[in-house]
Amino acid sequence: MAEIQQRIAGLFPEATFEEGDILTVGIPDAKWHDLALALRDQLHFDYLITIVGMDWVETLGCVYYLESTSDHTRIAVKVTTTDREKPMLHSIADLWSIAGIYEREVYDFFGIIFIGNPDMRRLFLSIDWKGFPLRKDYDENPDVNPVPTDNERQSDFTDTYVELPDGTVEKREERVFQPDDFVVNIGPQHPATHGVLRFRTAVDGETIKKIDVYMGYIHRGIEKICEKLTYPQTLHFMDRMDYFSAHPYHHGLCMTIEEAAGIEISRRAQVIRVLMDELSRIASHCLFIGTFCMDLGATTMLFYTLRVREQILDIMDKTCGARMTFNYECIGGVMQDLAPDFVQDVKALLAVIPQNVKEYNKLFTGNVITKNRMEGVGVLSHEDAISWAVTGPSGRASGWACDQRKAAPYSIYSELDFEEVVRHEGDSMARFKVRMDEIVQSARIIEQLIDNIPEGEYCVKVPKVLKLPVGHWFRTVEGCRGTFGVYLESDGTVNPYRIKLVPPSLNAAAVVDHITRGNKIADLITIGGSLDYIVPDMDR
Amino acid sequence: MFDFSILTNWIHNLLSSFMPGWLTVTVECVLIGVVLLLTYSVLALFYIWFERKICAAFQCRLGPNRVGPMGLLQSVADMFKILIKELISLKHTDKFLFALAPYLVILASMLAFAVLPWGNGLQIIDFNIGIFFLIAVSSIGVLGILLAGWSSNNKFTLIGALRSGAQMVSYELSVGLSVLTMVVFAGTMSVGGIVEAQKDCWFIFSAHIPAIIAFIVYLIAGTAETNRGPFDLPEAESELTAGYHTEYSGIHFGFFYLAEYLNLFIVSGVATLLFFGGWMPLHFPGWDTFNHIMDFIPSVIWFIAKAIALSFIIIWFKWTFPRLRIDQMLALEWKYLLPINLFNLVLMVLIVVYGIHF
Amino acid sequence: MEVTTKSMPYEAWKDNEYIESLINELQQNGTNVIVGSFDKLINWGRSNSLWPLTFATSCCGIEFVSLGAARFDMARFGWEVARSSPRQADFIMVAGTIVHRMAPVLRRLYDQLAEPKYVIATGACAVSGGPFKKSYHVVMGVDKIIPVDVYLPGCPPRPEAMIYAIMQLSRKIKVERFFGGVNRQQKQEEFLREHPIEGVDD
Repeated sequence: MAEIQQRIAGLFPEATFEEGDILTVGIPDAKWHDLALALRDQLHFDYLITIVGMDWVETLGCVYYLESTSDHTRIAVKVTTTDREKPMLHSIADLWSIAGIYEREVYDFFGIIFIGNPDMRRLFLSIDWKGFPLRKDYDENPDVNPVPTDNERQSDFTDTYVELPDGTVEKREERVFQPDDFVVNIGPQHPATHGVLRFRTAVDGETIKKIDVYMGYIHRGIEKICEKLTYPQTLHFMDRMDYFSAHPYHHGLCMTIEEAAGIEISRRAQVIRVLMDELSRIASHCLFIGTFCMDLGATTMLFYTLRVREQILDIMDKTCGARMTFNYECIGGVMQDLAPDFVQDVKALLAVIPQNVKEYNKLFTGNVITKNRMEGVGVLSHEDAISWAVTGPSGRASGWACDQRKAAPYSIYSELDFEEVVRHEGDSMARFKVRMDEIVQSARIIEQLIDNIPEGEYCVKVPKVLKLPVGHWFRTVEGCRGTFGVYLESDGTVNPYRIKLVPPSLNAAAVVDHITRGNKIADLITIGGSLDYIVPDMDR
Repeated sequence: MFDFSILTNWIHNLLSSFMPGWLTVTVECVLIGVVLLLTYSVLALFYIWFERKICAAFQCRLGPNRVGPMGLLQSVADMFKILIKELISLKHTDKFLFALAPYLVILASMLAFAVLPWGNGLQIIDFNIGIFFLIAVSSIGVLGILLAGWSSNNKFTLIGALRSGAQMVSYELSVGLSVLTMVVFAGTMSVGGIVEAQKDCWFIFSAHIPAIIAFIVYLIAGTAETNRGPFDLPEAESELTAGYHTEYSGIHFGFFYLAEYLNLFIVSGVATLLFFGGWMPLHFPGWDTFNHIMDFIPSVIWFIAKAIALSFIIIWFKWTFPRLRIDQMLALEWKYLLPINLFNLVLMVLIVVYGIHF
Repeated sequence: MEVTTKSMPYEAWKDNEYIESLINELQQNGTNVIVGSFDKLINWGRSNSLWPLTFATSCCGIEFVSLGAARFDMARFGWEVARSSPRQADFIMVAGTIVHRMAPVLRRLYDQLAEPKYVIATGACAVSGGPFKKSYHVVMGVDKIIPVDVYLPGCPPRPEAMIYAIMQLSRKIKVERFFGGVNRQQKQEEFLREHPIEGVDD
């Protein structure tokens, strides 16, 4: 850490440093692009986890979280501006591909314009939305932004802000599609988009030329609502983002809050949490296999995979009291103790998993049509996976070992014996197979724990009114679809000052355009299905 | 075997005994039309129910069982609903072509019914070019689909229609060539003649290897011809919402829906005719008692049962395989099926010339 | 008149008063015998053949998938013909949150459905905004944009509840009148006049 600090200080004398659990560097905007370049190329912080937009009332700014893919050290960089009328920062979209989408998100919520970003349109909100909702002075009166009574206005141009040599910034417009492109609108209501995502797709015959992704058809403003609630109240939104990784997401937020409040949870609660995480991972991957096969036309597989999922949901139902939105993990542990026949049910589940996986492979994976549809389709290279920050099974299919359970072990994962499934082909088939193998690995983890659930209290005493100390925390967990990050900033009151949730699905949807170009329309379905994004997760 | 021509001749004689000739013909045409329509709709309703039950069985479900015994009335309820559902008329479409398309599709399958050998003496018309007629009319369907896709003025339907055009034109070749292979063996194009030639032994047995190859190719190509999975690209749900009939509602959509199932029946019916002896019972040379028992089953049942059994295989395809991609589908036809077929045709000619068959 | 289905006795239903008041309203002018039996036939067909539109925005949609799967198997009732094209569907299960950006799209989908069309507001979000009541971007109940026939609470409702909701819808259809009298269509038009959306007309 100190070494990195020295090297940065050597290169950029104007940088300021803030010690915390990770190094936070403050840098003036003018030098930021150079620093980013140095961080990426000289210090090997090549993975941009997220850009957290912030409104500190006097200043607006961004916190960039970077990670090194080789030794998993992290660094945060803070860039601020005092201009609230027309805030501008420099873009790093040319260094990390995913930064383009992250910056659009920050622009959408805070109105910060990024100079040099090729596409400065709003991301989640419509073009006519007034105000920037995550700013502290945002006017929430429903009369300002009523429910639209008209079809959404849509521009065929992107906005770009270019810095001229004399330092002034000029706004330019560029066409998204050429006038003679045949543009097919896929979504928001379309069976293949897995929810309400919209692809404007320029095709040439059956070949895809370009895709323009529209998000926000289920943007619910979770981050803003969280700021009005107390800490325990914010938890239930985790169920409703990626509803398949409800347990891991809960785990992530609980862990962050517990760490901030200095709460130590019992070993029993930790084991229960990990068990639930892995059970939901199996359920999620089962559903992925089912829906993916259904997208490819093999409807019957869905019914076979849902059989296992229903069995898991039964286990959850008995313990958590719900089939999908559990709200089970709470600050200090878990809500209730395990159901009496939990162990027995889980063992029954473990007994059927191997034969089911075998059946799936027999019915689908070995099929010659399947192979033709999936092998070599939508290849995402190792470099691109990192540049687009595609984490989770999709990233691991491209040879990037990004499993947070191994890279930055949390809870009791460091004691467990399991393999990180990594493949190197990077195509749809690899993404499919990684998930198939992860089912087996998750079953292995459960097997190790199910007989060793320690006795003890399932939830420690937590003050009724929970106040966190002033400060900020960033934690990541491995959701079912990739790295889920929680940024929490507290000003010492009962409400969070800012909660930023970093969903893996956003990156998966952002990369679609990059890897589908030149493929067929049918491949869009394969690629979209194999990336396995959940729309409410990316939209929040 | 009961000869249905006794019945038809009796009706003809009865009518002509008190009617002038032209009126008899008119009345008979109307009668045939009514019977055809009835068979058509009953078969279609049955098929819809059949597929829903079969697919439920494949997927460990029960399938329709609330409406009527075993859900038998489910498709009847669907029909009533769809008959009175609103027909949406769209702006910016070619209204005439838009309305014409479903009728063309229905017409194509209806015409094919005319030459199918339903039973002994139960065939509406027996040309000497019956098979040729069958292939000709079944190609009208693609016109309907192309029109539907074009006239809807929607990009999805257009892509669906173009896919369908490419697909049907390609697979027509394979269907035609496998049919031709069997015509070479039978030595006639007349449907009655082909059935008659299988009196002792079905073609699939008597023409052994080339017939089996032709059958497999025909089954694959026939599945593609009916736009069914794994070749359901023109209406690929997950890609094109509903393909070429996205914009159709009410009974117009119902027509496409029915035609899909009827085409399934026709494809299986033709396969029955060419390979499994049409309405001919299962006969083995020498097994006289067995042959005699088989004769007791009415010919209509033989034909329909065989056709349904073949349809079952095609339905099985759909609920097992994932969908092909357009280029893979065309490659399958042009690179594999077509050369196999041409080779098979030569093989069949050799077999016929040298008489190496049963 | 007791309106029920094969699957459930009359006493087991909730909201029987509502259905009865609906019947009374419809029968105010008396029923013609012939027209009445036509109505019965049509209603039998409609109530037994409900094809949903494949439409889901969030969590409730996944429960809808479960509803189609082997365990709950909506195919038993004939609801499994989920159409992706709104022209061919009979009802929308508004499964999930509807946000501002989605509102015009949903309304357009509703307009694209062919008559007769029905709406089930599924889940707390679609009924009232649910857990996102404080959000700046969520429509607080889909009845602000389209007329709703059945409200189905739950977050998300269990598949059993979804079966119940669709059965309630089918019960409601059973007492509808196609010919004359108080017509459902008039009420719908009234609603749409009160909640106009510009630029959507087909």
